[in-house]
Amino acid sequence: MDSDLIVQILFAAIKTGTPLLFIALGEVICEKSGALNLGQEGMMLMGAVVGFLAAYGTGSAGLGVLAAILMGCLMSLIFAVLVLQLGANQVATGLALTIFGTGLSAFIGSGVVGETIQGFQPIAIPLLSDIPFIGRVLFQHDILVYLSFVMTFVLMFVINKTRSGLILKAVGENPHAANAIGIKVLRVRYLAIMFGGGMAGISGAYMSLVYTPMWVENMTAGRGWIALALVVFASWRVGRIMLGAYLFGLASIMHLVLQGLGWSISPNLLAMMPYVATVVVMVIISADRFKEKLLAPRSLGKPFDPRNMA
Amino acid sequence: MKLKSLLVGLGMIAGASLVHAEDPLKVGFVYVGPVGDLGWSYEHDRGRLGLEEYFGDKVETTFVENVPEGADAERVITQLAKAGNDMIFTTSFGFMNPTVKVAKRFPNVTFEHATGYKLSKNLGTYVLRTYEGRYISGVTAGMMTKTNTIGYIGSFPIPEVIRDINAVYMGAKSVNPDVKIKIVWANTWYDPGKETDAANALMDQGVDVLLQHTDSPAPLIAAEKRGLRGIGQASDQSKFAPTAHIFSVRDDWAPYYIKQVQAKMDGTWEPKDFWGGFQDDMLSLASINSNLPADVRTKIDMTRDSIKSGEFKPFTGPITDNKGNVVVPANHSLTDVELAKVNWYVEGITDEIPR
Repeated sequence: MDSDLIVQILFAAIKTGTPLLFIALGEVICEKSGALNLGQEGMMLMGAVVGFLAAYGTGSAGLGVLAAILMGCLMSLIFAVLVLQLGANQVATGLALTIFGTGLSAFIGSGVVGETIQGFQPIAIPLLSDIPFIGRVLFQHDILVYLSFVMTFVLMFVINKTRSGLILKAVGENPHAANAIGIKVLRVRYLAIMFGGGMAGISGAYMSLVYTPMWVENMTAGRGWIALALVVFASWRVGRIMLGAYLFGLASIMHLVLQGLGWSISPNLLAMMPYVATVVVMVIISADRFKEKLLAPRSLGKPFDPRNMA
Repeated sequence: MKLKSLLVGLGMIAGASLVHAEDPLKVGFVYVGPVGDLGWSYEHDRGRLGLEEYFGDKVETTFVENVPEGADAERVITQLAKAGNDMIFTTSFGFMNPTVKVAKRFPNVTFEHATGYKLSKNLGTYVLRTYEGRYISGVTAGMMTKTNTIGYIGSFPIPEVIRDINAVYMGAKSVNPDVKIKIVWANTWYDPGKETDAANALMDQGVDVLLQHTDSPAPLIAAEKRGLRGIGQASDQSKFAPTAHIFSVRDDWAPYYIKQVQAKMDGTWEPKDFWGGFQDDMLSLASINSNLPADVRTKIDMTRDSIKSGEFKPFTGPITDNKGNVVVPANHSLTDVELAKVNWYVEGITDEIPR
């Protein structure tokens, strides 16, 4: 394996990991507030189709991304109203959102199946892209990849270093205590859920505007579910989500590259690796004594009703 | 009062038989993917539409898309049978056992299963000779490649896909003795993202003509981006990659659907294991790119014509597998039963079949 090929593999791993990174970053914020939204796949598909339609209609990929973000927010707002206002079961509502998004995206996208657009083009960042090796791996991407870098660091900072981060964590850990000190729990959860939706929207737009610039039904092919696994895999830490997303990306690239190089490892086995890792982490998490260390928000999935303070 | 109800009764019977005389034949379809996949399910649905166009009011069709292979399929097929469909086409390999089961419970309904091998008195099967199109693709790729390396994105290592890889390689080898083939298994029929990754992985490793057994046009789009070439499959994929696209081998199911529905209407339907290809107009080369060199274009037409006329059959011996065993003796062409069992790579493919 020569160094050119290694550069290409790492470059591709980042590209493959990027949609996972966006959607998992959104989901981790949502989960940190205590809301478990399993509607990721549906929101992502809606983002993909609306992003594509907008870019196709206006000729601007940037407007496509904006439309996708708005659509993602709107989808997650449905979820938020149902679970926060009406006390619906989070798991069931999330699943319904996925089914709804899958169907609706196919429906509204049926007119543009088979159309293509000019998506985002790669931009080599001056100076940085000249760094040997790293420059070619990290700094010759399209604008959304750079946005995902920025988002990761911003979220890391916000969660760990700011008051807003503390509030978010407090709401996810103990909403009653948070409420008692005057934090508007539902408002925080609304915002967190909608942030998650917006990120799912960008993630979908990344698929339909950059990755494979076209719209076909169900084109996200389960990436929304992988993102949910990623959040657990990363034990709710933003930095690890970035690492995990690129590991997933690398694993799926390697399994293709190694075959081309004639390695006789079963492709099924390689394709399975990321999931095996997730299962292992899940097993560890399920063992009680590790739970403290793994940072699962303690109120995750539980409804909160400020009128019913026990 | 009695008379009136009698009249009404008679009227109803007359009406019912009148309706019955004009009753359309109800035909149901079960698809594994969305009809918008622009590949496999899309073409089956075009076949369904072709059926409607041909018979007009004489048929009434319904379809269920995105049906997972397994227990769900059995439920969907049962529902279609209960809903009064006279004929049901199930269009994915994984629907085989559910179809067999449901067929047993509904002896008056006629079932047809695509790509399977189990028959019963009300269940027939049908398969496309996709290897014929692959052979022509191989010939073309062998002539077009400058790096002498062509790439194949496999879906799953089942006989159909292995057979087609062999056909591609034999075709390429027939015009270019130095040609090599790189095979990457994507482990999916349909995942545009993964197909893009597979295409890029192959192109990173020196492949300059891409062939695929997966359904989305994503590999062609990837080839277009890098100024390389590719061949579409299942449906006409030219518009995704105007420069890269060499041609698409298009599936056309309508002739088969029309023939079988006609047989059902005539009462002559029998369970058969039917294999259709260029001779049956169930395969065609769509949108052959005008930017091809003249000699390539000529060779494509010649190869297609000799396959269509039945003069040339790709799997004609002597053929040696990549372990040195003679798998097809001289002067023998594999029968359909033998073709269904191909589990070897021809000589010259250096890979191993994943187990």
